[in-house]
Amino acid sequence: MSGYAADVAALARKDLLLELRSRDTLPAMLLFVVSALTVFRFALPAGSSARAETGLLWIAIVFTALLGLGRAFAAEREEGALDGLVLAPCDRSAIWLGKTIGVTAFLVLAELVALPAFALFFHPLSWELVVAVALADVGIAAIGTLLAALAAASRARELLLPLMFLPLVVPVVIGGVGASVAVNPASFLGFLGLYDAVFVILCWASFEYVVTE
Amino acid sequence: MTTSEKYVTAAYLVLLGALLVYLLIIALKVGRLERELTDLTRLAREKKDG
Amino acid sequence: MSTWSRNRNAALAIAATGLLVGGLALAFFWAPEDANQGFSQKIFYIHVPIALTAYACFAAGAWKALRLLWTRERRYDLESYTAIHMGVIFGLLTLVTGSIWAKVSWGQWWTWGERQLVLFLILFLFYSSYFMLRYSTDPGPRRERNSAVYALFGVVLIPVSFLAVRIAGTILHPTIFTHNGANLPGTMLVSFCVSLAGMLTLAATLYHVELAGKRIDASLRELRELLA
Repeated sequence: MSGYAADVAALARKDLLLELRSRDTLPAMLLFVVSALTVFRFALPAGSSARAETGLLWIAIVFTALLGLGRAFAAEREEGALDGLVLAPCDRSAIWLGKTIGVTAFLVLAELVALPAFALFFHPLSWELVVAVALADVGIAAIGTLLAALAAASRARELLLPLMFLPLVVPVVIGGVGASVAVNPASFLGFLGLYDAVFVILCWASFEYVVTE
Repeated sequence: MTTSEKYVTAAYLVLLGALLVYLLIIALKVGRLERELTDLTRLAREKKDG
Repeated sequence: MSTWSRNRNAALAIAATGLLVGGLALAFFWAPEDANQGFSQKIFYIHVPIALTAYACFAAGAWKALRLLWTRERRYDLESYTAIHMGVIFGLLTLVTGSIWAKVSWGQWWTWGERQLVLFLILFLFYSSYFMLRYSTDPGPRRERNSAVYALFGVVLIPVSFLAVRIAGTILHPTIFTHNGANLPGTMLVSFCVSLAGMLTLAATLYHVELAGKRIDASLRELRELLA
């Protein structure tokens, strides 16, 4: 088991180091999320409700994640390294777990900028919103990484990912917006936790079939 | 016919329409398969003769 | 096609015709008119069976996908694809008939308060992308497995979305409309069950016809390669 954990840690570290060196995904995500919030500011007429503004924050998060996920397997694909990873003597699901941890880290870093920017542009944050965003990150990264692997194996890569991703994250948006605006956010937070658990298990168990040659 | 009767009829006609469209698709497909099979038979015969 | 499967397809087609016509007759001439909704409630006998049939198709597609991953037998790929194909057709019919029902009951073609419709919209979008995934991946074992994994995601998404739409109904879109389904009078229940059986048999018939067509396509392609 320690061998498995070490593999996962090594794979996640590799992704983060690669990004630290090349810096091509995270800056784009940061810039995108701030630009998106700026555009949303002008999409809302003056006097719009705080509920509508919160909804737009969720849209920004989903699309920022999509931007990062489109690049999740880019390095491997360009260098043909995905086959190398598959041949590496580690459990296939460790590849998914390492990748998911890397994607979650990017997403959290992007939100560390996005949430204060949202508070500055729109209205102060509630603790429920922050918890919901954290819970949603896990589910988004888990599903997104698996779908990105599916998309990477297809011809229509960039085109396909959003088509598969958006219907799957509708429940996340429902849970997230519900937790941010409802009187009793507990049930929505619980739902987000359930979503995370279900899809993390499913992705973890099925990733092996996606990459095996 | 009352309004609700019209809508109920429409709902059942949707199913009928879908089945007819499917019939059309299958008809086109059978036609295509027939053409293809004729073509392949000709090819096989030429091969056997030649 | 073996004699058995030819007979089976014929038997299925006859059973589907009998059950659907019988269900229609029972629904219109035997079952009483609903006290609240009046005549428009008759859409129930077609809309709900179609919706349940769509679920059954998606479940069958996922089951075949699971079998593919399990046994690595290639025939399950085509079976899973055909089942999902049928599911999408019935899903689209659910959206259309549900929309008509919404119009006649509440005067709007679309209402976000109607959970079943919202759920089917999500599923329809999800499974439409299944075709995109299939068509843009090169044929081979990788496409078979990737499609199978995606199909498995579908059956997990159904209950999760169901739950999501349900809790969303309590806050985001207050649900004031419900179709009575739980305590049906006996005659209505029998008519409904006959319609449901008819719709399921119809789906099974179409599934076998479509599967045979797809298999013929594959065989012809192979034959052409052999002859070339």
